[in-house]
Amino acid sequence: MGLRVENLRVYYRTLRGYVRALEGVTFSVADGEIMGLAGESGCGKTTLGHSLIYLKPPMNYIEGQVFLDGQEVPIWDMKRMNEFRFRRISVIPQYAMNALNPTRKIGQLIADLLAAHGVDFKEILPELKRRLDLVQLSHEVLNMYPIELSGGMRQRAVMVISTLLNPSLLIADEITSALDVSTQKAVCEMIVEFRNRGFVRSTIFITHDISILYQIADTIAVMYAGQMAEKAPTEAILRSPRHPYTRMLIASLPQVGVRYREERLRGIPGAPPRLLDPPPGCRFQGRCPVAFERCVETPPFVEVEPGHFVACWREI
Amino acid sequence: MGRYLGQKLLIYSLTFFFAVTIDWLIPRLMPGNPVDTLVSRMALRADVAAILRSYYLQAFQLDLPLWQQYLNFWGALLRGDLGVSIWLFPQPVLKLILDAVPYDLFLLLPAVILSWIAGNQVGAMAARVRWLDNSILPLGYILTATPYMWLALILAWSLGQVAGLFPIAGAYSFGIRPHLSWMFIKDLLWHWFLPFASLFLVMFGGWAIGMRNMIIYELEADYSRYLESLGAPPRLIRKYAFRNAMLPQITGLALQLGTIVAGAVATEIVFAYPGTGYLILQAVLNQDYFLLQGCFLFIITGVLIANFIIDIIYALVDPRIRTGMTGA
Amino acid sequence: MGAWYELIYFAFRNVKLRIGLTILLFFVLAAIFAPLFARYDPNAYVGPAAHPPSPEHWFGTTTFGQDVYSQFAHGLRLTLIVGLLGGSIGTLIGILIGLISGYRGGLLDEILNMITNIVLILPTLAILIIIAAYLTVRGFLVQSVFIGLTAWPWAARAIRAQTLSLRAREFVDLARMSGRSSMKIVLTEIAPSMMSYLFMVFILQFGGAILNAATLDFIGLGPTQAFSLGLMMNNAVLWAALELGMWWWLIPPGAAITAIVGALYVMNVGLDEVFNPKLREL
Repeated sequence: MGLRVENLRVYYRTLRGYVRALEGVTFSVADGEIMGLAGESGCGKTTLGHSLIYLKPPMNYIEGQVFLDGQEVPIWDMKRMNEFRFRRISVIPQYAMNALNPTRKIGQLIADLLAAHGVDFKEILPELKRRLDLVQLSHEVLNMYPIELSGGMRQRAVMVISTLLNPSLLIADEITSALDVSTQKAVCEMIVEFRNRGFVRSTIFITHDISILYQIADTIAVMYAGQMAEKAPTEAILRSPRHPYTRMLIASLPQVGVRYREERLRGIPGAPPRLLDPPPGCRFQGRCPVAFERCVETPPFVEVEPGHFVACWREI
Repeated sequence: MGRYLGQKLLIYSLTFFFAVTIDWLIPRLMPGNPVDTLVSRMALRADVAAILRSYYLQAFQLDLPLWQQYLNFWGALLRGDLGVSIWLFPQPVLKLILDAVPYDLFLLLPAVILSWIAGNQVGAMAARVRWLDNSILPLGYILTATPYMWLALILAWSLGQVAGLFPIAGAYSFGIRPHLSWMFIKDLLWHWFLPFASLFLVMFGGWAIGMRNMIIYELEADYSRYLESLGAPPRLIRKYAFRNAMLPQITGLALQLGTIVAGAVATEIVFAYPGTGYLILQAVLNQDYFLLQGCFLFIITGVLIANFIIDIIYALVDPRIRTGMTGA
Repeated sequence: MGAWYELIYFAFRNVKLRIGLTILLFFVLAAIFAPLFARYDPNAYVGPAAHPPSPEHWFGTTTFGQDVYSQFAHGLRLTLIVGLLGGSIGTLIGILIGLISGYRGGLLDEILNMITNIVLILPTLAILIIIAAYLTVRGFLVQSVFIGLTAWPWAARAIRAQTLSLRAREFVDLARMSGRSSMKIVLTEIAPSMMSYLFMVFILQFGGAILNAATLDFIGLGPTQAFSLGLMMNNAVLWAALELGMWWWLIPPGAAITAIVGALYVMNVGLDEVFNPKLREL
């Protein structure tokens, strides 16, 4: 069944009005799918990840629906969301290395967290230990304070904690940005392994680094200025991108499989529109080499080939 | 942990050394002969002045070389010889101070500990209950901005003078000799209450505000956000935030010791409470230099000991120091 | 442009800042103008002894018949001046030591850190007791200097921590790589980005200096030849204002100190909310 998001609109409330961070986002992630979510910083990908689990002011829910395994998820309700969090939707945050309470032993922290969800720590302990083995952490870690672990170890501990209750959806938010290349690879392999072993069903892997997605993602979704530009299987999007923005993005990669930096994206002439008062229609039109009259209307996100969605008037 | 406490001890030893040296140096740095300065400031009969002068001359040993004066100074100090009081001649300064110390502790320990505990609890509550926040916060700011002696004066005037509920001077009633009986203990507590209350209230305001602000920062911290994302109940998150906010509050206690000492001195003066503060006032009024010097050394020593106790508690409470991961 | 607009907008919208600033301004104006309306020399014996407020003596008189309003007006002025001077000196030393310590690091940092720790532990009052015992004539300048000299350590510590985190930032790196001198980098790159923080440090030092001076004056270690609010309280206690129930002598000086210092603290919280977007309420 997986995840389905329909016409999601989330704005940030600021002094000068609403920043339209997510404008009518629609997509789905199938069971067992690892979806890479890419785009420049400020395109709304992190906002999207947060909205699905932790929608808190200044973020404002405007409209849209989210279904997980056919059941509606009340993302606008901080309280009711607690039934979903951890058990069914979980997150590995960007700040994973600082995500653990510095003054609590890791084992105690896990026990506290489980107790809050009505799960017995002792029952789950054997499984917890197996998973620690899997990410190559010693069982001793449970008896340690976060400060006694290296940054990488803390991140792995968080990965184990976040997926401990086998959530249907895992959101991994920029978890490789601060890592060196070899550690990145290891973390990616763990994410795939978690999926393969059924610890998590669907995964949204948020990153600005498309070359990483090539290694692990089944599908890639590209966002631009708060809207979905394109979503397709990884091979398809790398070989034959349809949206002009995706094309420029892929073209700016020096070579598939080689890491590039976010700054490279600025190689595309022009800048994204301000999300405070974006122009009507396609938000890429200002930078688009192939824009025409019709682009003042918002293009729908339609399936042009099986599993290949694109929001561009030229492709419909 | 051993290394951490060792480091602290080193700093405290240096501080003590530094303080004693200042104590020795200041009279000798001042323009003119310190003995003349001291004697001339008191309007005395000529014969009394001569006795005093010879006493001071002997005590300061200005005829010896400087290094020997310095060593002798330390020697006298380590023997517990702090000189003789002028105000209550010829009582030794050490005895006067030792008589005053129990009153200081009796007043300060409960006031500091109780205000710290109560302030932290109320501050933590204010961080989550809005109406409490709106009432405690302004009150806290007023209390912590109040000079100790002024609150003491207001309490003494309103509850003591006008309402007549409490006595406003001394540690026990005139005419009662200190002895162990219910009557005396009741009398003691009755005299103790107002000075205690004024110290308690001023400190309470500071702790409550500190805790409230600290918790709000902790609730914004990454670990709080992570727990919230994983659906942990607010109670658990607040519990963690409270514990983590306690640590800076313990350090804060050490940092506040100097102010607390000054506050205690002022409060004791208002209530003529026979602790060190009262001695200092009398020493200032009577130009009793050796008594002042003794009070100085006693305050420094007290503050250093208190600092060290706080360090030990901190080391026991903070796992980061317990496990020896950091030196700070 | 946008950032400034936002800052000023939040500054004016912030209730705490508005309240604090209003009270502070009131007392600053009072300190400037109130002495002009004082009809009597604060030391002179001008009226009936221990008299409650009357049209003749707005704040009543002391046990000796001195005019309390005149004492208050002159005391307020001196208290604010000592606070301002002591607070400025404390802030300046704190900035200097914090910046140098944080930016240079190494042995110099170790030494400065050691000094900071020692002065931090030493109770201000104790040192001032010894000094005051030997200074036959103490002016408010001497008092301000000594208050500043003992109040800087926490400021130095906080500023050092800020400098350490700024030192690692890219723009400072850039300045360093372009070969500019340390002094210049500290003054042109690091200090300006801490401006808001330094201002808040100053406000707290200002308030702290007022309280410290009041305590010293109260113990009898303040200026020997001038009037301050702390000294008024000292006189009131020594000359039995409490026993005689002379509330008009007891209340005004402490109330003014509480209001000024409280206003400064509240302003500080307000400024924190203005400068720190995380704490702003929308």
